[in-house]
Amino acid sequence: MKTIAVKDAVAMIPDGASLMIGGFMAVGTPERLVDELVRQGKRNLTIIANDTAMPGRGVGKLVSAGLIAKTIASHIGLNPETQQQMIAGKMAVDLVPQGTLIERIRAGGFGLGGILTPTGVGTVVEEGKQRMEMDGKSYLVETALHAEFALVHSFLADYDGNLSYALTARNFNPVMATAADTVIVTAEHIVPVGVIAPDHVVTPAPLVDYLVTNE
Amino acid sequence: MDAQTIIAKRIAQELRSGMLVNLGIGIPTLVASHVPTSINVFFQSENGLIGTGPIPEEGMAHPTLTDAAGHPVSALPGASTFDSAISFGLIRGGHVDMTVLGGLQVDEEGHLANWMIPGKMVPGMGGAMDLVTGAKRVVVAMQHTAKGKPKIVKKCTLPLTSLRRIDLVVTDLAVISFPEGGATLIETAPGVTPEQVIAATEAELVVPDHVPEMRL
Repeated sequence: MKTIAVKDAVAMIPDGASLMIGGFMAVGTPERLVDELVRQGKRNLTIIANDTAMPGRGVGKLVSAGLIAKTIASHIGLNPETQQQMIAGKMAVDLVPQGTLIERIRAGGFGLGGILTPTGVGTVVEEGKQRMEMDGKSYLVETALHAEFALVHSFLADYDGNLSYALTARNFNPVMATAADTVIVTAEHIVPVGVIAPDHVVTPAPLVDYLVTNE
Repeated sequence: MDAQTIIAKRIAQELRSGMLVNLGIGIPTLVASHVPTSINVFFQSENGLIGTGPIPEEGMAHPTLTDAAGHPVSALPGASTFDSAISFGLIRGGHVDMTVLGGLQVDEEGHLANWMIPGKMVPGMGGAMDLVTGAKRVVVAMQHTAKGKPKIVKKCTLPLTSLRRIDLVVTDLAVISFPEGGATLIETAPGVTPEQVIAATEAELVVPDHVPEMRL
């Protein structure tokens, strides 16, 4: 794990990169990394996130700045700008049931080719997918998701990169921390090793590549 | 009593002590305000919380304690938090005893459409497809009609949320269940006759000889 300034962390991300971004309606989203993506004007991004939040918050800032070419998310309903850009053909949106989205990310991080889920069988979600029967029940084959970068927000990070999370800010963050080539983390507090007890570490340090320093 | 209160109070009667319950946004959220004081229910927010409590009083909100709409909530003693994989494992895995969701259409066979209107409203399904597929019991809370048109139809014309059939729909006019064989009128709202319910419903209803009124 290396420590890095926020501007240098974002400088590593090229235009056209695929990014997983933690958070649920912007709760638990690494806002400093998002702000810096906007400041540096990274374009043509593919974003994998639960939702596109609302204008002015979280992933919504990337939408407003017109930086996203494709979004894979479960919900865009609270951000009218996402819907406008989708209808205008400026942004491709792939809507995925929330439980399927998190499991596809988990599969990507856990070395699985995909998962079998009953969710979506017989609905428009099934289009173009393989259906499998197992023990008399129908499932869809859903493929794993992987990204070049995961942008993760934690509550506590220790000097080695062990992470813990706060309340509902946990959501997609720890799963995304397993599913990208490069994992970049921000933390509310950076603390000495040992402050997070082993039983309270949710993301073990070896998963973290870069910890963004606090100002 | 207004329509939403009728629906929420009636659905609250379906709750039992010890249940794990997930409430959708809109009318379903109101159910939490009508839980009988004699029972203890665990409410789940799918963003990663069991033990969701009331909206905190002014000045007591915490930015990382929120519901699935991102609004501040409180947590009750015994609450727990977890990541989205566990949250949806609970939902899909059959650990949620009951979910209450809004609806756009419910059809005669108990199929629900509640996540999009093609060309008009494409918010995304969020957790709705997983909830309808995986919860042990699915209850729909909605107005009986929209702009005078029935929402309980012969066959859903909007995209389905799941092939899994719902168990119960509670409206401002009626309670309708879906046992083998179709939509059955089991209660009417206070002052509403079965004939009025039939007139406001496109689906063919099974109507028993005696249909009691809701006891609110």
